[in-house]
Amino acid sequence: MAAGSTYTPLATSTLGSAAASVTFSSISSSYTDLILIFNCYNATVDGGSPFIRFNSDTTTNYSYTWLSGDGTSATSGRDTAKAQIALNAVTGWDTTSTQPGMNIVHIMNYANTTTYKTVLNRTSLANATYPGTEAIVGLWRKTPEAINTILISLTAGGTFATGTTFTLYGIAAA
Amino acid sequence: MLNGGAGAATSFDSIATTTLSTTASSMTFSSIPSTYTHLQVRVFARSGASADDFRFQLNGDTGSNYSRHGLYGTGSAVAANGVTSSGVGNLGVIDNTASVFSVAVIDILDYTNTNKYTTVRTLNGYDANGSGYAFLASTAWMNTAAVTSITLFPSGSSFQQYSSFALYGIKGA
Repeated sequence: MAAGSTYTPLATSTLGSAAASVTFSSISSSYTDLILIFNCYNATVDGGSPFIRFNSDTTTNYSYTWLSGDGTSATSGRDTAKAQIALNAVTGWDTTSTQPGMNIVHIMNYANTTTYKTVLNRTSLANATYPGTEAIVGLWRKTPEAINTILISLTAGGTFATGTTFTLYGIAAA
Repeated sequence: MLNGGAGAATSFDSIATTTLSTTASSMTFSSIPSTYTHLQVRVFARSGASADDFRFQLNGDTGSNYSRHGLYGTGSAVAANGVTSSGVGNLGVIDNTASVFSVAVIDILDYTNTNKYTTVRTLNGYDANGSGYAFLASTAWMNTAAVTSITLFPSGSSFQQYSSFALYGIKGA
């Protein structure tokens, strides 16, 4: 078996001021999977949630299924034919700096040009207003193409707080 | 590091990868080196059957040595299941919708430790724009042997073309 070190940081974006979105562009196709990690709060709108979009595709090519728990009950739901994949489907972020939400997003086999793309996301919010933990599986079903741009933004017109760091990693299979 | 934590690049090694050019009833990683602390398997795969159970066995053990359970959402309901003394471990579900690939991130902790049983944890699922699962699965392999091989399979059909499986090793300090 061959072995080689991987889990390579590809890019990091730290916000100098609140921003409505962050974009990673010109993503190398040299890896097998991408992992996006960020942890922040919504600077302006209570309840707004982060979402992800690929290659500037704003058409309804996205869908997602979620499993969510809020400390009292568990729910599952689905959105189809959407213009983005939600990274918090039920729980929303609030504007409290001491209660951020975190996301670890796995974008699997992102560079292949044969299949639709599937995304696995785990998110957790420990805040008082919108507590919860979620597992979300998303699909991007545009005619298969490699993902070379990732947009992360917020619903409800929110902004990511100043100082938020977004890091994109690449994992290369042997 | 597990399931996507940020660590030094040198602590996460690619060990082996298989991408299927045709269907296969199972896929096995064998002769796994014992030089790591944890393993992670990353799966991008289709089955020939709808919402097929996704299973595994370690070291070719087909005995009733697996205790498994899952928590999952179907898009309309939440359910949990569990089986003791099973002959297979649980990795969730794998679907057959054309062009839609189910995915899984499978963590196998302390796989060379012979003082305890081995635990396997999986984040899995698929979405097919109208159907799908989000699945959390775990399995205890009730055997103290070091893990040297991992066999993955859909229980009701075969893996389809373009299914891809990658094994990674995670080093301790």
